[in-house]
Amino acid sequence: MSLSKQHLLTFVALLVLLAITVAAACLPIGPCQLPLALLISTAKAALIILIFMRLPSASSIARLAFAAGFLWLLILTALSLSDYLTRN
Amino acid sequence: MTDPTAPPCAPQFETAQQQRQSSLLGMWIFLSTETLLFGGAILCYAIYRMQHPAAFIAAGRHTLLLAGTINTAILLLSSYLVARAVHHIEAGSRAAVTRLLGFAAALAVVFLTIKGFEYTHEIHDGLFPGPAFHIEGDDPHAQQMFFVLYFTLTALHAVHVAIGALTLAVCAWKVHHANDPQRLATMVDLAGLYWHFVDIIWVFLFPLFYLLGRSS
Repeated sequence: MSLSKQHLLTFVALLVLLAITVAAACLPIGPCQLPLALLISTAKAALIILIFMRLPSASSIARLAFAAGFLWLLILTALSLSDYLTRN
Repeated sequence: MTDPTAPPCAPQFETAQQQRQSSLLGMWIFLSTETLLFGGAILCYAIYRMQHPAAFIAAGRHTLLLAGTINTAILLLSSYLVARAVHHIEAGSRAAVTRLLGFAAALAVVFLTIKGFEYTHEIHDGLFPGPAFHIEGDDPHAQQMFFVLYFTLTALHAVHVAIGALTLAVCAWKVHHANDPQRLATMVDLAGLYWHFVDIIWVFLFPLFYLLGRSS
């Protein structure tokens, strides 16, 4: 598949995911709302990172640097939630 | 050792390829720090929402869903155009790149205009945190926290959009006036990476602030 076609298909997929996320928010699915919305957002982000930002073609050290951000965010999240979730 | 036919590079690098890889690494590192910036703020949102779920759902109904959805689509389109521009700069097509980057910058300005309209509307409705804040429903204090987070995070993002718009416009201008556009490929690539990241941030902010409480 040519790069032009890849880009166009990615853009269309992003718009479709946007439509799905808005439609899902209007449906009465209760507690599934948030995880579903976050899942769709993650899918969109993955498409942008992998195809528009061309992360797979970046040098391995660049990929490591980007992954490191998420690692530190995970540490921040884990330690913060371990506080708040264990309060009475 | 040095190959006289190889493309030129700055003196501290051995090859142009190494220079390009270094530039890209620098941008990816910067985007890592941005992940932590917005990630920390979003964690703050997550904790408050966890503690006051009903208040957040009630407050979330007041954001303008149509404006937010249109803005998301605008940013997605601009990301597509920037990805196309990065593709074209490597082929050296000056006109295509100038058009694509210029249009992307214009879309960014449209995003900011819609955001300004939203803010005006929300301030007028008394939703700006402070002494003038008023809202119906239970737990107005927690509802006000939603709006503290809404204004802080979307304003922080809007500053990034403004910087991105300026960067894209400057890139478009430089490419338009360059003798050899292909030499600006790394510059356009870096601007593109920043812009895609700004788009990703919004992709996460959108459901957090616009998709609450819409199913009733």
